Amino acid sequence: MLKSYTYPKFAYQRPPELDGGPAKRHPIIVVGAGPVGLAAALDAQQHGLPVLVLDDDDTVSVGSRGLCYAKRALEILDRCGVGDPVADKGVSWSVGRTFFGEGEVFRFDLQPDADHKRPGMVNLQQYYLEEYQVRRCEQVGVEIRWKNKVVSVRQQSDRVELNVETPDGVYVLEADWLIVCDGARSPIRAMMGLDVEGRIFMDRFLIADVIMKAPFPAERWFWFDPPFHRNQSVLLHREADDVWRIDFQLGWDADPAEEKKPERVIPRIKAMLGHDREFELEWVSVYTFQCRRMARFNHGRVLFAGDAAHQVSPFGARGANSGIQDTDNLVWKLKLVIQGDAPARLLDTYSEERTFAADENILNSTRSTDFITPKSAASRTFRNAVLQLAQKHPFARKLVNSGRLSVPAHYTGSSLNTADSDVFAGLMEPGAPMDDAPIVVDGRPGWLLDQLGNRFQLLLYADDPERVPLDAFAALKDARIPVEPIIVSPNAARRGGVRVLQDVKGLFAKRYDARDGTAWLARPDQHVCARWRAADPAKVRAAVARATCTA
Amino acid sequence: MPLQLQPNFHDAAKRYIRDFSPGDDFYQLLIDTHRDLTDEQSAQVNAKLVLLLSNHIGDIAVLREAMALAREGA
Repeated sequence: MLKSYTYPKFAYQRPPELDGGPAKRHPIIVVGAGPVGLAAALDAQQHGLPVLVLDDDDTVSVGSRGLCYAKRALEILDRCGVGDPVADKGVSWSVGRTFFGEGEVFRFDLQPDADHKRPGMVNLQQYYLEEYQVRRCEQVGVEIRWKNKVVSVRQQSDRVELNVETPDGVYVLEADWLIVCDGARSPIRAMMGLDVEGRIFMDRFLIADVIMKAPFPAERWFWFDPPFHRNQSVLLHREADDVWRIDFQLGWDADPAEEKKPERVIPRIKAMLGHDREFELEWVSVYTFQCRRMARFNHGRVLFAGDAAHQVSPFGARGANSGIQDTDNLVWKLKLVIQGDAPARLLDTYSEERTFAADENILNSTRSTDFITPKSAASRTFRNAVLQLAQKHPFARKLVNSGRLSVPAHYTGSSLNTADSDVFAGLMEPGAPMDDAPIVVDGRPGWLLDQLGNRFQLLLYADDPERVPLDAFAALKDARIPVEPIIVSPNAARRGGVRVLQDVKGLFAKRYDARDGTAWLARPDQHVCARWRAADPAKVRAAVARATCTA
Repeated sequence: MPLQLQPNFHDAAKRYIRDFSPGDDFYQLLIDTHRDLTDEQSAQVNAKLVLLLSNHIGDIAVLREAMALAREGA
């Protein structure tokens, strides 16, 4: 039991199938009601797909675990209706301070991107995120079956059969598609005999959540080799409710059971905070980690996402954040396949794009780990030299790597992209996650990304919104895979049947390198998939076909 | 040209999206160069690396400045 948080207990209900109820086929079953499974379920619901969630427990995450939620994850949560409570409850921070030995090396300010709806990162205990997601599931009618544990999986050509164990016995469920979000140790991955390959790191870390009223600002403090914990690293981060997260690197030889005992933990924290600081210990865990992934994330009708598919070191907050990006990528594709509007091989591109992203996350988090915990004397010498030089020299500051905070992958090499045929500047190329911008719509201030998502959209940029030839694009709306035209303009206008987004600060034009006549085709997951200096409906149709494997 | 102390790593073969990536590429290359060497071998590699790069830079005024900064706090 935590002092700052009361775990909700969700009621187990006896499944009707146990009483001979009809065994109906479910279009989608999600296994695992963690942040990723719940994100998948809410996304499916958002797309109008009936979805059932199974979880072997009856509460949320124990302990704070996933702590930092990055801008891209917040944008996806926004699209699925839980961005506000997470951003409101979460602690925003932008200043990071880095210490080495006795002194401070430097501080950085991430400067939350001005003129984006969401900041670069908020800190929030994972149990809050899950609680908000569960509440949202209840609101929108996603069924979650608690204390329902999948004990076997049989994949047939046209369905997946599950044996599910409950407190009242075992029953059978059938699904057209199974989304597996059952975590790093993924029982289903094991049941299917699938491998996951990568590196184990020979190190142990102690996480302690402590409650304290401290006047420290909401900043990320990172110590290399501090006097209170010699030769190791320490991280201090603020969470919601006066809870603080402290991570101590322990080394490989530490005894996890011993290190978790309060009589071991409390002196470590006192040495760090000073003996006068009052605090209460809330939750303690000792962890090791691996950087590894499955060779592919889709196996027929079984789709793996989150930690079940890939694991990273915790440095850089790339676990839950990347898992939520997995489901963002997966669900719109699955919808098209379920509706018969795209072939099943569209799901191969889920694996293609998200293994690419997983490799980027593994690369970045492995580099952070190698910097934080050097594996040889030479590596440690370089690390310490970088930290010494960083006190004075900007080039060395850039090399200090205490975690490269989670940013989304740009799927620039994706087979779904239509290659540029025109010249553009900037980063909003095919495959890029779309940058936000302040806009005015219907006379009210808003955000570009709140206008995007869940379907293909064609952004038409025009100096004069009245002159956009909408008739030329009208047929796109009624196509089998519809495309919604949207006008973006520095000027306000009302056009029947189409949204006009006024680029009030000119930041859309700047971030997207827009000129009169430029058009972007946006995917349902808010990624660019094509762009042109002049929009042509035939080219748009071809780009949609390419982005859906229907060419 | 004075000693460059601003971030300066780049790779003509790559387009970088994140500003930390070129430096991280360099740092990984450096650490990988030392992988599986003994401490003595690493010291030799470092010495050779300093000599190779010094010759490449060539400008003794720049090298003098770098050597003075490197010696600070030693």
